Amino acid sequence: MLQALKLEPEKCTGCLQCEMACSYENEGVFNPAKSRIKVFAFHDEGRFAPYTCTQCDQAWCMHACPVEAIVVNAATGAKEVLESVCVGCKVCTIACPFGTVNYSHDSGKVIKCDLCGGDPWCAKACPTGAITYVASDDTGLERMRAWAQQGLPSAASFAAPTEKAVQTYNRAS
Amino acid sequence: MAWANKVLRVNLSDGTVTDEPLNMDWARQYLGQRGLASKYLVEEIDPKCDPLGPENKLIMTTGPLTGTMASTGGRYSVVCKSPLTGAIACSNSGGYIGAELKNAGWDMVIFEGKSPRPVYLYIENDHAELLDAAAIWGKSAWETDKILHRTHQDPQLRIACVGRSAEAGCFYAGVINDLHRAAGRSGVGTVMAAKNLKALACRGTRGVGNIKDPLRFLQATEEGKRVLRENAVTGQGLPQYGTQVLMNVINEAGAMPTRNMRETQFEGAHSISGEAMHEPRKSDGRPNLTANAACFACTIACGRISTVDKEHYTIQNKPQYWGNSGGLEYEAAWALGSDTGVDDLDALTYANFVCNEDGFDPISFGATVAAAMELYDLGLITQAQTDGIEFKFGSAEALTQAAELVAKGEGFGKDLGLGSKRLCEKYGRPELSMTVKGQEFPAYDPRGIQGMGLAYATANRGACHLRGYTVASEILGIPEKTDPLSTEGKPELVKAFQDATAAFDSSGLCLFTSFAWTLDDVAPQLDAACEGEWSAEKLLEVGERVWNLERQFNLTAGLTSKDDTLPKRLLEEGANVGPAQGKVNELGKMLPHYYEVRGWDSDGVPTSETRQRLGLA
Amino acid sequence: MQHIVIGAGPAGVVAVEQLRKLNPESAITLVGDEPEPPYSRMAIPYYLIKQIDEQGTHLRKDADHFDKLGIQIQQQQVTAVDAGAKSVTLSNGTTMPYDNLLIATGARPVTPMIPGVESEGVYPCWTLSDARNIVRLAQSGKAIVLIGAGFIGCIILEALATSGADVTVVEVEDRMVSRMLNDTAGNMLKQWCQERNVNVLTATKVEAIERGSGDRPLRVVCDNGNAIDADLVITATGVRSNSDFLNGSGVNVDQGVLVNEYLQSSVEHVYAAGDVAQGKDFSTGGFNVQAIQPTAVEHGRIAAHNMAKGHQHRHRGSVNMNVLDTLGLITSSFALWMGADGGDSAEVCERERYRYVNLQFKDDVLIGASTLGLTEHVGVLRGLIESKLRLNGWKKKLQQDPTRIMEAYLACTQAVGHNAHVL
Repeated sequence: MLQALKLEPEKCTGCLQCEMACSYENEGVFNPAKSRIKVFAFHDEGRFAPYTCTQCDQAWCMHACPVEAIVVNAATGAKEVLESVCVGCKVCTIACPFGTVNYSHDSGKVIKCDLCGGDPWCAKACPTGAITYVASDDTGLERMRAWAQQGLPSAASFAAPTEKAVQTYNRAS
Repeated sequence: MAWANKVLRVNLSDGTVTDEPLNMDWARQYLGQRGLASKYLVEEIDPKCDPLGPENKLIMTTGPLTGTMASTGGRYSVVCKSPLTGAIACSNSGGYIGAELKNAGWDMVIFEGKSPRPVYLYIENDHAELLDAAAIWGKSAWETDKILHRTHQDPQLRIACVGRSAEAGCFYAGVINDLHRAAGRSGVGTVMAAKNLKALACRGTRGVGNIKDPLRFLQATEEGKRVLRENAVTGQGLPQYGTQVLMNVINEAGAMPTRNMRETQFEGAHSISGEAMHEPRKSDGRPNLTANAACFACTIACGRISTVDKEHYTIQNKPQYWGNSGGLEYEAAWALGSDTGVDDLDALTYANFVCNEDGFDPISFGATVAAAMELYDLGLITQAQTDGIEFKFGSAEALTQAAELVAKGEGFGKDLGLGSKRLCEKYGRPELSMTVKGQEFPAYDPRGIQGMGLAYATANRGACHLRGYTVASEILGIPEKTDPLSTEGKPELVKAFQDATAAFDSSGLCLFTSFAWTLDDVAPQLDAACEGEWSAEKLLEVGERVWNLERQFNLTAGLTSKDDTLPKRLLEEGANVGPAQGKVNELGKMLPHYYEVRGWDSDGVPTSETRQRLGLA
Repeated sequence: MQHIVIGAGPAGVVAVEQLRKLNPESAITLVGDEPEPPYSRMAIPYYLIKQIDEQGTHLRKDADHFDKLGIQIQQQQVTAVDAGAKSVTLSNGTTMPYDNLLIATGARPVTPMIPGVESEGVYPCWTLSDARNIVRLAQSGKAIVLIGAGFIGCIILEALATSGADVTVVEVEDRMVSRMLNDTAGNMLKQWCQERNVNVLTATKVEAIERGSGDRPLRVVCDNGNAIDADLVITATGVRSNSDFLNGSGVNVDQGVLVNEYLQSSVEHVYAAGDVAQGKDFSTGGFNVQAIQPTAVEHGRIAAHNMAKGHQHRHRGSVNMNVLDTLGLITSSFALWMGADGGDSAEVCERERYRYVNLQFKDDVLIGASTLGLTEHVGVLRGLIESKLRLNGWKKKLQQDPTRIMEAYLACTQAVGHNAHVL
């Protein structure tokens, strides 16, 4: 059963543990500026909203990539950027209608959530359960996606993503 | 390492910014933040200097764990000589600015001299420059925040600034960061404004990466978070009720200072308690509390986000206050409420908003209002002085109007901005000022909690609950229960709390973790992150060293053991009600022994053996 | 069933893959006239700065990719289409019959009408072969004149500047990238380039390319009377559709091949996709040539679907958008970035820090945007535009602070509640 990140903004306190976990796992540094997940603050309303890639079925980023640098990890369903293939053209950053693929000046490549290969650190680090990694048929998850995608063209008659070998990870633990 | 190993030195007189390496010899002795910045201050200024003159320096400082995944690792402090007390000041704040400064690659920023015109410091990673503050001078902290965000077009920019109260010379103005977090006590904001420095605007995208043993650090911080999660105070009480969890507890203990500490229980305590913040208001059916919020990296999340009822008299037709903002912490609820006799929760929340908006300490402000109310009650102040306000105990209108006046530094607000000590002196009744070394008391009556009397009397920054919180032991039983009405063992208890607190404050962590953590929980996190070996014993020694360093600063500044005392009221007038009824604080029984435990002579001066033992000789 | 796809760029490649998925049994031929395996022009700038090798530009990395899918590749040029006979003629003289034909021949650079433009040392930058020439000639100490500061011109600037050569850009419009950026942003970009030692001449027309005097073989004469000596001149003055071979075929061509909402041309069984197609625009509902990668992919996918399964899939129009990296400064534009009648706008500009955001609204819906110096969450601008999300009160907030685009999106799309765990 594939799993997905479930984001529940009503539980978020704005501590940014997720951003630090993410940046540490991916970049080896505690640095919210390099996190793939972002917590947005709404001061007047007194709330926070964590947000990252929902690994959407449409995979806008993947289909927009001119050089096949974004692939599906068959084990997790995550759309992953192959850093060695990405040329840094940034087309995916404008193609993703959720704004969750960002260009990194430091690496000259794009970065996005890859579910940490199936063990997302943001979910592990979240102290309040605002970010959880759940079975992808979780009803709350469906609702979250439906909200996020309202108004966008209906899902995918894209060619099914071709299966790739699972990436090897050289991770901190 | 965990330290960024870089200090930014800003000479406001010359308008120059330069960087220099962190003094690692000192870092090994004083760790960071409170301890390390105090060391810099002691080395660099004359303790006798005028706190509001160009010779004073102001240091904004992070700790080694600031900006890391350690729970609560987002603290920063503002260190300088205090105008309120003449003693060393260190005010600690959360929010996000500390982590941002560290992420930009700086351990601390040292401001020296005085700028010829209002300026603010803009930092973007390595880039730092002083910019003209004409557009924000004379603006509130909230407006300043908004204008700087607009000027720099960066929603991620973090801002610490002073409000109008500081510019007007209010003696207890703080430095506000992230809209409603504050380095609030001892007038550090007053010093900042006196330097013509309006704000620090910071953006850091470098991160904190030089962790000594990353895997061990992640394990140690994870274990620390588990302890916080499973602890009743940090895992449940604080997230749910914030520090306001204490209101009913302290009131029942008969240690709730009321109406300028004339009384020790407040009949309106429940109406202004954490529980009351959850209850739907009669007027609009919504609770005062909207949400809890965390500071950077904090897994406790005790921060309150509140609203005031739109129909409440304080904010009718004032839409700028209709949104959510930082709500009442226990100390603010007490000072603005119990100490003034006001039990209108929304009025207190509004007054608290104003304290944040214009950057002044709600504890000192509330306590000063309380003193003014007593002076008014005694006829020593009349409506002629108060701009026509009926300054009666229990008057919400008097409280909220006073807040507005202090915010702008207008009319009677100028008197109130003097602080309780100077106000009471001005009107001829210095003994009515509930202060130690010129700083107003927080929310624990030392007649009902004996240890706190000693902690207040000896705190290096004047009356303060955050320098030795023996309430934890005497009321809450952390780490073990002691009798709040007894002086037995209190000197040792106070010293232990003071030293441990100094270590927490020097690490970059929040003191509130100490409801659940001891230094045994902190040490593994520091040891995994920082160069060198960091055991609990070593941290305790750092704490003691910091305490004695601060003490030496104060002694050189001209303070003596005569300043280690409490107002006459607490030493001579018995508590009127509650478990401590009839009791006074028995400071005299505790103080001499405390000096001994500290290794100080009978005048409260550290002996040469003590200084040598701590490397302070 | 025989599908022929002409053109091995992104639209063509996506189309053959989609056709194979939907018609497992049919014969599929991909005809391309360049010698290399299908590659991406988007990647050429990165090839120029040696960030990637040639293989890094390839659309599909697996050498056997098309073989495995049973797609026949023909390296030929199509010289004519006979719509009546349903066949195409190749440059080797053979003809191939088709049941369905997709024209995805893309665009080619326009050679500017400048005397001397045919001289040796004057190149466009469009194909890999052009790129190889430029890599060879752009070296330290050389002087390069780039004619045209449009998208292509800007994207190769970094390669030219990092080669150590002395670079001058000559642009006839009054600002850089006039099709993506307004005056404010276009001129910020110019300042950025000039601070990086690239000489930018806007509102300047090249009148002639002459033989140089002295060390430099070329001399670029401008209408302001100045002349610039150069070793290498690169022309990047725009592209036009590759559709000349359709003359006489009955397929109607305007700026590009005219298509309907099914990407079908004026002739039955002939479709068009990508830079060659004058496809539907999301914002205007009109038909134009967008010549951008995401649109090419979308066209290829939809056209293939309609070729394989009949006309089921209507193209609702592509959002015209672009992202550009000019010497490290990122700019982007989306849909009606220049605004619409009766709409209103919001703008922030911080010149010293090279940050600029321009939002265009109609009622409380975002209809266009352009940015400079913004790399975080820019895609959400597309999302806000394409979903026609009603912003309600967030429009006002965006007008006050246009950088809060992500907050606006989240606030308008997420079910919200407060602190279930404390209240």
